[in-house]
Amino acid sequence: MSVSKDQLIDFIYDEARMLDEGRYDEWLALWLKDGHYWMPLDYNQTDPINVTSLMYEDLFMLKLRVERLNGARTFSQKPKSRCHHVIQRPFVDEMDEAAGTFVTKTFMHYVETRLDEQFLLALTARHDLALVDGKLRIANKRVDILNCDAAFRNIQLLP
Amino acid sequence: MGRYAGNPAAIRALYRGNEVHRDVYIDQEVYRLEMKHLFANAWVFVGHESQTPKKGDYFSTQVGDQPVIQVRHSDGEVHVLHNRCPHKGTKIVIDRAGNTGKFFRCPYHAWSFKTDGCLLAIPLKKGYENTGFENSDSKKGMRAVGDVRNYRGFIFCRLAETGISFEDFFGDSLSSIDNMVDRSPAGRLEVAGPPLRYMHHCNWKMLVENQTDTCHPMVAHESSAGTAVKLWEELDMPEGSPLPPAMEIIAPFMSPYEFFENMGIRTWPNGHGHTGVHHSIHSNYSAIPGYMEKMVEAYGEEKAKAILDENRHNTVYFPNIMIKGPIQQLRVFIPLAADKTLVESYIYRLVDGPEQLTARTAMYNRMINAPTSIVGHDDLEMYERAQEGLQSDGLEWVNIQRLYEEDEDFSEEKVENGTTERQMRNQFDAWVRFMTCDMDDVREAAE
Repeated sequence: MSVSKDQLIDFIYDEARMLDEGRYDEWLALWLKDGHYWMPLDYNQTDPINVTSLMYEDLFMLKLRVERLNGARTFSQKPKSRCHHVIQRPFVDEMDEAAGTFVTKTFMHYVETRLDEQFLLALTARHDLALVDGKLRIANKRVDILNCDAAFRNIQLLP
Repeated sequence: MGRYAGNPAAIRALYRGNEVHRDVYIDQEVYRLEMKHLFANAWVFVGHESQTPKKGDYFSTQVGDQPVIQVRHSDGEVHVLHNRCPHKGTKIVIDRAGNTGKFFRCPYHAWSFKTDGCLLAIPLKKGYENTGFENSDSKKGMRAVGDVRNYRGFIFCRLAETGISFEDFFGDSLSSIDNMVDRSPAGRLEVAGPPLRYMHHCNWKMLVENQTDTCHPMVAHESSAGTAVKLWEELDMPEGSPLPPAMEIIAPFMSPYEFFENMGIRTWPNGHGHTGVHHSIHSNYSAIPGYMEKMVEAYGEEKAKAILDENRHNTVYFPNIMIKGPIQQLRVFIPLAADKTLVESYIYRLVDGPEQLTARTAMYNRMINAPTSIVGHDDLEMYERAQEGLQSDGLEWVNIQRLYEEDEDFSEEKVENGTTERQMRNQFDAWVRFMTCDMDDVREAAE
């Protein structure tokens, strides 16, 4: 089975929509079990392990993050935040049909809001995707924030 | 003039043993007086020497509301200078770090300065001949802060020219920095990457107080730590399975009150203190293979064991930093306004120590103290709700009474039940003293 460029691009759009609509169970199901969601703290950071990142989370942590959003005593989510991704057409940077692995890069604007506050982040997302049992899955995701070294207030959902 | 400037009695009246008045958190005048008196007279953290390892390396930050530069001078010593050109006031450096070579050069009119601040050259110098320039403050160059001390790599300064000595200010509390540095087999730390930077719309003291508030983790952090414990149980792993590293870090936040009561709190004079006298949330981290052997080689068995048996949780150095010795973390709470605080969270690697420890510390930092942290989210929520709630005229006082005793003497070191709020009271005892130590009583003089 092969994957077209359009299918890769649709996958990225669908993922962003899941996050915006809070369909987190579907979103978690996209991930391969060894995947990591990495959000560097420094511009062009190369090491996720031995220096601080904003996020470097395995599936256990991502599941915890999602589960917490629905908790009865999740005080920082009373009331809940909402988010919104506006994405450019993703670039397909690598397509290895034989191995079934693909890399996309997507530029986007991310808006998050809660109560009277709203903020905007400019993002670059790199997706490492893999074709497993006929389905595209996320092997790894890296999200670089344009002003990653700025002092942020709470970023509570998933950019 | 407001209610508090030149009125030390009014400042003293803001703290009455078991309660503190809301104005210490919300009043703009009190905030400005903190910058003028407290942050000028106390010894305040600047940075770590490894942020400026080579000659000409600089790092810019703030001490209170004062923009300063930490710089490595040509003699190898670290200097701390006011970040202001003595000509027109232009900030000399605007980036957070860099190397300036042998001298600083103001980008506005090219006045230049040696890296100890001395004036080096001015273009068109003859324009100042016979103008009395020789006797001006501008001729002295970039002004240095009052005093600087490099304590085992950590740079502190006192803005005021005269005042309490470094040793008298910190006393035996330096044992926490000692323990953090001793954990390196080489006895040295190095900063590991840039700090997390996290903006809070609350007063800086709320963050400092929270460092020894042992009654909030199981409540405020139930949604993160409690959910983590629940998820782990649901996985139904075989008995004795090793905890994933994330669980090692986050699960202890759900420890019962008894755990925190028994961990103990120690207070030192001048507002310093720490939680985790007997044990702490850092006690049960898994051992890193080969580390103990390296420590024994460096220190001998007895001393190595003594260093690693210490599990101090949070040590507060008054006024505005906290360190975690067992994981080599430092957080600085930089006041920006009465209701605005920038938190920078640094991590350090142990020179000659195993990289796995740096990795654990980096994980702790991002899991607990990042603006993206599910633990940090709830802390910020609590502080900001308090900042807003304190506007209420329903009650003007904040309660810090847990395990309060009459006539508490903060000039003596003391170890107490780990849920006492004595350390918060200790901070306010120091706060009053450093706010008023050089505040002239203008009212008295007028009478």
